[in-house]
Amino acid sequence: MKRAIALTEKDNVATMIDKASKGEDVEVTIGRRKMVITAKDEIPFGHKIALKEIKKGEKVIKYGEPIGQATRDIKKGEHVHVHNIKSIMV
Amino acid sequence: MEFMGFQRENGEIGVRNHVAVIPTVGCANEVAEAIADRVPGSKPLLHHQGCCMIPSDIEVVERTLIGLGSNPNVAAVVLVGLGCESVSIDRVGDGIAETGKPVESVVIQDIGGFSKAVEKGVEAAKKGVEHAEPFKRQSFDLSNLTVGIKCGSSDATSGIVSNPAVGLAIDRLIDEGGTAIFGEITEMIGAEHVLARRAKTPEVAEQILKVVHELEEKIKSLGVDIRGSNPTPGNIRGGLSTIEEKSLGAIVKGGSKPIQGVLDYAEKPEGKGLYIMVSPGREIEFLTGPVAGGAQIMIFTTGRGAPQGYPIAPVIKVCGNPRTSEKLSEHIDVDVSDVITKNKTLEEAAEKVFEKLVKVASGEKTNAEITGYDKTIDIYVRGIIL
Repeated sequence: MKRAIALTEKDNVATMIDKASKGEDVEVTIGRRKMVITAKDEIPFGHKIALKEIKKGEKVIKYGEPIGQATRDIKKGEHVHVHNIKSIMV
Repeated sequence: MEFMGFQRENGEIGVRNHVAVIPTVGCANEVAEAIADRVPGSKPLLHHQGCCMIPSDIEVVERTLIGLGSNPNVAAVVLVGLGCESVSIDRVGDGIAETGKPVESVVIQDIGGFSKAVEKGVEAAKKGVEHAEPFKRQSFDLSNLTVGIKCGSSDATSGIVSNPAVGLAIDRLIDEGGTAIFGEITEMIGAEHVLARRAKTPEVAEQILKVVHELEEKIKSLGVDIRGSNPTPGNIRGGLSTIEEKSLGAIVKGGSKPIQGVLDYAEKPEGKGLYIMVSPGREIEFLTGPVAGGAQIMIFTTGRGAPQGYPIAPVIKVCGNPRTSEKLSEHIDVDVSDVITKNKTLEEAAEKVFEKLVKVASGEKTNAEITGYDKTIDIYVRGIIL
């Protein structure tokens, strides 16, 4: 199974440490806990996968902190990147 | 928990037992290097500052040199001046002597040139080594440690493996009563609000925002917009989506503890816990800052493989990239890439970092010390060179 790491329980995205193909299951490690989600897109190594649905305008959380906000609705398992989130601080 | 260190005259605990040969100006480097070459146990701190700088920068250089000489890893000091430089060798010598350790000065123009200066300096350095010899390692509490934290030559693994692992290890050090210093203010742009929220007092929060915004404005005045130009196209290809994400990935190496204060470059923390130091991201200037502020050890994360050490303080290299950890194993002290290759947790990686920290504090050599990749240093200059 492909793998991803989420850094805190608050995070709604995890970072891929393998490359996932569309439809593949991804095992996400959050501290000592694990969960499995299905990748809805191809997601490269180092890129992010949504752990839950993120509505347009909602904050995207990594490291327990907002790294930006969704520019459109993002489904669980989708690739989260510059095409669907933007900075709040710029 | 305890480590084995050297107790100095002022009660501070060193993890190394060096004699430092410190030029007060870059023009004295040849003499300082020649002295250290001839005296085993002595280390030259060859920088390029000390003259033709604005007064506030000269003040920083003096504070830095006093801090480096005062670092408890140093048993004795030989200062080498040219004679005409702006930095005052007397002020630097007096500042270091307050620690109670021996300080001797050699001035090239006064003594009559290179050969005579080297001869006198070698004599002084040998005396320094004799002074260092009786110091023996004893057991001390980890609360005596100050650790500097740095990331360099980063890649996609830095923000998700090595930096979070080091952050957890730093949290543990602070729980043990220790002190840690991180900085690289340029990398805080975009995450300054997060750091401000972790400040111990509203004044510290204000200071954090101030040092980040001042730096950002200064860079803007030179025509560069850091906030607008980050993440870079390379970062985006690597998976970073926003400047917040990039900066959070860098500051996560500082852990999650409250921020006790903002230190000026090379300034010593007054208490224990986590501090931010005004400092640049570039390795050679950054490393000098915490060491001059009293840090005995540096923890340095890398993704692509940064080999630099520091002459008087061990630098522990932590890497989360399996390819780099293998290919540049000569430079990596803690390989945490098994988080990626073997499903190890970040907590397990942090444990490895912490164990290494205690071992290195007790005398185990880092790879930079073994290879001798520890000679290039410098001091942070904010004004212009005149």
